[in-house]
Amino acid sequence: MKNLLNLNDQIIYAICGIFCLLITASIISIIISRFRLMKNPQNLRKRVKTWWIMACMFIFAIIVGKYLSLVFFAFMSFLALKEYFTIIPTRRADRRVLFLAYLSIPMQYFWISRGWYGMFVIFIPVYMFLLLPLRLTLTGETKGFLRSAGTIHWGLMITVYCLSHAAYLLMLPAAKNPNGGGAALLLFLVFLTEINDVSQYICGKSFGKRKVVPKVSPGKTWGGLIGGIVITTSLAVVLAKYLTPLTFPYSLFAGLIISIAGFFGDIVISSLKRDLAIKDSGNMLAGHGGILDRVDSLSYAAPLFFHFIRYFFY
Amino acid sequence: MIVKPLVLIILGLNIRHKNNLPKKGPAIIVANHNSHLDTIVLMTLFPLKLLPKLRPVAAADYFLKNKIISWFALNVIGIIPIDRKKRVSADKVFKNITDAIDNKDIIILYPEGSRGEPEKLEHFKTGTAHLAEMRKEVPIIPVFLHGLGKALPKGDWVLVPFFCDVFIGKSLKYTQCKKSFMHDLDLQMEIFNKEFNSSIDEEDNYSGAE
Repeated sequence: MKNLLNLNDQIIYAICGIFCLLITASIISIIISRFRLMKNPQNLRKRVKTWWIMACMFIFAIIVGKYLSLVFFAFMSFLALKEYFTIIPTRRADRRVLFLAYLSIPMQYFWISRGWYGMFVIFIPVYMFLLLPLRLTLTGETKGFLRSAGTIHWGLMITVYCLSHAAYLLMLPAAKNPNGGGAALLLFLVFLTEINDVSQYICGKSFGKRKVVPKVSPGKTWGGLIGGIVITTSLAVVLAKYLTPLTFPYSLFAGLIISIAGFFGDIVISSLKRDLAIKDSGNMLAGHGGILDRVDSLSYAAPLFFHFIRYFFY
Repeated sequence: MIVKPLVLIILGLNIRHKNNLPKKGPAIIVANHNSHLDTIVLMTLFPLKLLPKLRPVAAADYFLKNKIISWFALNVIGIIPIDRKKRVSADKVFKNITDAIDNKDIIILYPEGSRGEPEKLEHFKTGTAHLAEMRKEVPIIPVFLHGLGKALPKGDWVLVPFFCDVFIGKSLKYTQCKKSFMHDLDLQMEIFNKEFNSSIDEEDNYSGAE
């Protein structure tokens, strides 16, 4: 059955499910702050409110159609890259190169919109990788050259290249996934990544003791990690039936990829922040920190999930 | 104004203590100056209906040298031109500004004198104190801007997006003498500078992302 927005039934059910979850989260956060079950309930309320805004924006981006979704993801990459450039030390001589790096965002998403897989997959790792140091050389400033070339390209890889893999899911041939095409895959990936973040956090708070990487992020515990993996993977197995072409052993594997990669993305960005001696990458999202704090897990989960599903099913 | 969403999307502002902004004129905004964007950003902080009341004080030798720029500066932005070179009496120099204050306008002033080196805080020149002494009852609001000198520094025309910080201080009133007033103002800017730097290396209370 097709409706006005041309949405698949499965996607509509998934969106309803997300709203149910958000409502539950709101109710829980209200109860917690009413009965003072936590030390700092205000932060939790703020966080849940921001989840509402982010979820609504994401769902809106998904239902308005493929191309607007790409614009949404391009904008997210732009915000993340801008945040990254704001927190890293840059030299005055880098300005033109930073400008070029920003220009690569519309180009990368343009390749995606044309479904040009070959270009999408090599544009930043090959062409931008070669072009940025070249432009940097032309500025004539050699002091700090390697650091600039390295840091600028690293940020481009994380915020544009990696995140754009999530967007490319939209361009995978819809016929291969009768359960809602690329949009359903994107929903599956983003939903599980965020659920993984939240469940690792909650499990870590409730029964986490031994720290995984105490030097990088004292908040990460084995309890949280394993709890997150279990919750995310079991959800993946259930949801895969409705949203993806993945069958049983594959869906289990997809869940493991998303949860473990999500954790790695999180601690990698934590390392970056530790190195720069900052707590949050920004303060765009109330209660969450910056946009980079929010998409860190996705930047690792998206390319791995994308290539996994593309190799086995497309 | 079309510029407002553009500033918010391309740059992104992180505004602290926004409630310290004056709701109506007369008032004097005193800010550090690193970029042409400073004025645009300061203007976007105010609601649209106050826009005609905002009057940035700008160098006549720079903004009035070309007809197009001068038309834009005078009629669209509404600058008060001030001559940096000629040596005339203080009253004459400030005539246009005091007139604007009497007209309940909000004056934007850059006491560093020029945009200077990007992201370097320079000592405020004492013109502000002269002005404050002439109009003792007018509140003076110090504003610290950071990041705009990186986005569009002096002598460059390519705008590179960065998130920028805006700190808005409590309003000051003119005290007994010029020297102590300037000291207060300098001190306030230094405090902002420190607050900004400490928000960067806030290492305690680190909990990691969610």
